[in-house]
Amino acid sequence: MNRLDKLFNNKKENILSIYFTAGFPKIDDTVKIIKELEENGVDLIEIGIPFSDPVADGATIQESSKIALQNGMTLKLLLSQLKNIRQEVEMPIILMGYLNPIMQYRIEKFCADIEKIGIDGLIVPDLPFDLFIKDYKELFAKYNLHNINLITPSTSNDRIKLIDEHSTGFIYVVSSASTTGTKQLDDSVLKNMFNKLQNIKSPTLIGFGISDKQGFNNACNFANGAIIGSAFVKTIGENMSVKEYINSLFV
Amino acid sequence: MSKYKTNEYGFYGNFGGAYIPEMLYPNIENLKQNYKAIINTDSFQNEFKDLLKNYVGRPSPLYFAKNLSKKYNTNIYLKREDLNHTGSHKINNTIGQILLAKQMGKTRIIAETGAGQHGVATATVATLLGIDCVIYMGEKDMQRQAPNVERIKMLGAKVIAAKSGSKTLKDATNEALRDWINNPENTFYVIGSVVGPHPYPEMVAEFQSIISKEIKIQLFEKTGKENPDYVIACVGGGSNAIGTFYNFLEDDNVKLIATEAGGLGIETGKTAASLKVGKPGVIHGSKTYLIQTDDGQIIEPHSISAGLDYPGIGPLHAHLHDIKRVNYISINDDEALKAGFMLTRTEGILPALESAHAVAVLEKQSFKTKDVIVVTISGRGDKDLSNYLQNNKFKK
Ligand SMILES: Cc1ncc(COP(=O)(O)O)c(C=O)c1O
Repeated sequence: MNRLDKLFNNKKENILSIYFTAGFPKIDDTVKIIKELEENGVDLIEIGIPFSDPVADGATIQESSKIALQNGMTLKLLLSQLKNIRQEVEMPIILMGYLNPIMQYRIEKFCADIEKIGIDGLIVPDLPFDLFIKDYKELFAKYNLHNINLITPSTSNDRIKLIDEHSTGFIYVVSSASTTGTKQLDDSVLKNMFNKLQNIKSPTLIGFGISDKQGFNNACNFANGAIIGSAFVKTIGENMSVKEYINSLFV
Repeated sequence: MSKYKTNEYGFYGNFGGAYIPEMLYPNIENLKQNYKAIINTDSFQNEFKDLLKNYVGRPSPLYFAKNLSKKYNTNIYLKREDLNHTGSHKINNTIGQILLAKQMGKTRIIAETGAGQHGVATATVATLLGIDCVIYMGEKDMQRQAPNVERIKMLGAKVIAAKSGSKTLKDATNEALRDWINNPENTFYVIGSVVGPHPYPEMVAEFQSIISKEIKIQLFEKTGKENPDYVIACVGGGSNAIGTFYNFLEDDNVKLIATEAGGLGIETGKTAASLKVGKPGVIHGSKTYLIQTDDGQIIEPHSISAGLDYPGIGPLHAHLHDIKRVNYISINDDEALKAGFMLTRTEGILPALESAHAVAVLEKQSFKTKDVIVVTISGRGDKDLSNYLQNNKFKK
């Protein structure tokens, strides 16, 4: 069974997902960070594949991507770092990255290789829903990968319904009209979203603009859990301890 | 269906589409659903045509270049987009898009710019039509196109420096897209070339198609000929070239030549010739040829001309290249500079460095005495004066 399905079957609330950029701050931090996150009670990990032109990202993730690339991170290298990860880590892992590097790796080979490693899903922010359905849905299913679709405060009710019907894994609920790490959570927007999400079947995680305990708790009132990205990337960029940061979300 | 039109997903053959994050979906969908209906109304067309005629000064002349024709022993006509208000073809598109933005109820305009010509043309029309305007420009381009930065500010628009990556057109486009993601409700993104997600390439091509529409009429008036033998234009994203080719695409006997910026030479890696050194990939919302590493990271391009200094190319060009309808050649920095000086001395016309890449074809290719050749001069060279002067050695 895909580990994402297992997670969402067993846990319905306060799910914590952490994003970090592979190759940042140091090129070989990847496995170390994953293990620390698991040890400290994180439920789900999103590993960012760095890209030279991350248009959906704000300043923090732009900077971490730039440094990761300067450090020499590539998609090939990342997959070789993750080769034996399933001997040590049980939690679900998904990869998040822009389409172009995946395309150059060749999509089918990419799917086959990451299934072998034990990756559970993908978030490709610049792969729109209609092209996913047309070109990639069958391919992802063949390799037991969930494609995580996004919805935003301006996604219409009809489209939410359509995306929900075709979603596996979970739906990534973007908390505001924004690039990553750019705007703060807004309660009234969250409430509005919550109302729109009443009738969907897929599990939901809220992301964008969540940085601390208060934000995390707040988001968890409206969904099965929340995703923290920029704030965590900033933390490890400043050499603060992973353990301390994760603990600060729970105490 | 014509092989030069998009399919239902917005692809020209294998290229194009709308590879956008979900945050932009409502905006792109709204544009896709409404733009054709709006721009085909009488009221839109009347206002568009009136501004093109009385504000821009269209039709732009199709000028028989006597001295140049003598020099190359053939018949050369120059399509004078440099004589448009604001000095380039860019204003054909900005009038179209900003009129559209107003009809769609938007109250804020954003745009990217490389050479600054699209920035100037956008800020100008935004001022004319009374709408707020922010222009993103790479920090490097702000230095090499300084007069245009001052012009944009003088027009009342705000200029924001793009400081990431190569600090050129690609990065300005990234910043504009990020702005749009953050301001989806009130803002309209005026893209400056036939790039970006569908329907932008198609829409910009339509606004620029006026160039070839006029060439056809003017050439017939002057020569009695329906069609020229050759049509030549430079390509950055490719809007002046698409505009120049548009009404000739179906006429297979018209040979179409487009020039990409070779930079220091395609073998040096310091180049912007996407079709020569690029591979298919996705940038700024569409699938096209892209200069990139094996790992799929975009390589910072090089050209002396800021307007051509872009690692991708419009998807219709990628398609026209693959089906061999257009011959794409690359012109290096030094060849463009020489052509710019040459045109200035031969005809008294100082072309933009971008346009000089098109003029350089005359030196590279031989033509028959009876051939009729149209070269589009996409813009005037005043903005490039200091760049020309620093490269005085190419005067002869
Ligand atoms: C005078 C001029 N010509 C050409 C270009 C290149 O754009 P396109 O390829 O879209 O015509 C520019 C862009 O800035 C320009 O200013």
